[in-house]
Amino acid sequence: MSGDKDIAILGVGMHPWGKWGRDFTEYGMVAARAALADANIKWTDIQYVAGADTIRNGYPGFIAGATFAQKLGWSGVRISSSYAACASGAQALDSARAQILAGFCDVALVIGADTTPKGFFAPVGGGDRKADPDWQRFHVLGATNPVYFALFARRRMDMYGATAEDFAQVKVKNSKHGFTNPNARFKKVNVIEDVLNSPVVSDPLRLLDICATSDGAAAMVVCSMEFAKKHRALAENSTTDGLCRVSAVGTVTPVYPQSVLELPDIASDSTAVVPAPARKYKDSIAWSAYEQAGIGPEDLSLAEVYDLSTALELDWYEHIGLCAEGEAEGLLRSGATTIGGRIPVNPSGGLACFGEAIPAQAISQVCELVWQLRGQAGDRQVEGAKVGITANQGLFGHGSSVIVSR
Amino acid sequence: MSDSPATAPTLSRVPIIEGWFTDDVHAPHLIGSKCPLCGTFVFPPRSGDCPSPFCDSTTLEPTPLSRRGKVWSYTENRYTPPPPYVPTEPFEPYALAAVELEAEGLVVLGKVATGVLAADLKVGMEMQLELDVSHRDADHEYMVYVWAPARPSAASTASATASTTDGGAA
Ligand SMILES: [Zn+2]
Repeated sequence: MSGDKDIAILGVGMHPWGKWGRDFTEYGMVAARAALADANIKWTDIQYVAGADTIRNGYPGFIAGATFAQKLGWSGVRISSSYAACASGAQALDSARAQILAGFCDVALVIGADTTPKGFFAPVGGGDRKADPDWQRFHVLGATNPVYFALFARRRMDMYGATAEDFAQVKVKNSKHGFTNPNARFKKVNVIEDVLNSPVVSDPLRLLDICATSDGAAAMVVCSMEFAKKHRALAENSTTDGLCRVSAVGTVTPVYPQSVLELPDIASDSTAVVPAPARKYKDSIAWSAYEQAGIGPEDLSLAEVYDLSTALELDWYEHIGLCAEGEAEGLLRSGATTIGGRIPVNPSGGLACFGEAIPAQAISQVCELVWQLRGQAGDRQVEGAKVGITANQGLFGHGSSVIVSR
Repeated sequence: MSDSPATAPTLSRVPIIEGWFTDDVHAPHLIGSKCPLCGTFVFPPRSGDCPSPFCDSTTLEPTPLSRRGKVWSYTENRYTPPPPYVPTEPFEPYALAAVELEAEGLVVLGKVATGVLAADLKVGMEMQLELDVSHRDADHEYMVYVWAPARPSAASTASATASTTDGGAA
């Protein structure tokens, strides 16, 4: 499978996820140097830096492209900085892809890094901001992020018969996938009881059902297929066979009316006058990527999806088309989404093993696909992986889905 | 307002947020916005442009929303949310429900009435809007809209009296 809108991924790199509270650029530099080394490219040969912004670290976080260009040493490189909440990393990749496909540059560095405070995410900055939906949901309702995750979880239970054991099983599966992943933060193999014995945060979700917030960084070097051919000719061979390609980057926004109540909104859009679109928002994210790549869910070898909670991983099975609505519990119970099954989901260990480092997360999902497709994933290798998809949701109408093929 | 508060008479009752609901404690309504051109609804209320991409209206008008709806989903907070949430001491777990208003085609998230917890709720359950105290300070009692299990309507009360005490699922 290859298309004329493909770009090549020459190199990937990460800084392990953890919780240290250090300067986020420290982590980013480790990831950037690892990706450059993996690509066998000098920093001064990079023509474009696409940074994924972090919002909690003062203004250098808002201008990630410039921050990392300066940190790596000003080279005159062109830059962009993207903010798209949890989809920031994919938005940065999309920015680099557009520059490459338009012929404005040949080779780009995509990078995201974060450092995080402890506890619940809360509105950034103080004061009464009564018109800000984020301020409103916390002040009026105490509607934390886990509240929204829990609404989706409880709906699965009442509508489709999901159980607390099903949710726990997602955590168990992901912990078994990721506990030997060198970049993972949580390296303990969990059993069902670990989850069921952890305290309820937002019913029905327990502490171990909900992903933590982490420090971490991920980066990749992407380039035109032409550049990749030349670059590899200097090395071992003259073909682009075996190179990982980005075949799609879906970054669609919702279509009115967004009939599903999503973070951070207090109400859905109204379906009174305009009916809800046939394809709901989180479905449309992956389907826009499938359409770009000219493939469907049946072509996938694996998927990395956004398990902000264990129950949301089940939602994603349906959103990306691995099964019909209401059938995710059955798919999980069948073992299909475990490594060795028909369509392994989150072989990296997912957010369950990483926690969320927002601007780095969507990039790290792509890093995992690359290692899997190259056969470099070690203990967590999905045999014969050829095509993978990522899916991710951010606040404020952001979301992303990236398809990588080889 | 004419209703005398059931608690602490020296505290003045104020809404936790301006303009989202009426202060009629017996039959409160959420206040949404309605587009005068296409008729679509918005909550929380706001002025300005219609949210529909198919509509050119640059104004929205305040409108009361249905008091009753069905549970879309629900949860229960077991930990104190961070500021700007103002907790009561000691913190007591409370439920939240997202309720579908049929006529408006909206799903509205709200706290659930004090004492009604997740175990008392179910997707599809009929709920109605009430007012409850969110928190107090030295001078004020801050009121918030809440969803409560619907009581039988006046018409059906007669036939239902035998099977229910006050109609609350709690
Ligand atoms: Zn309108």
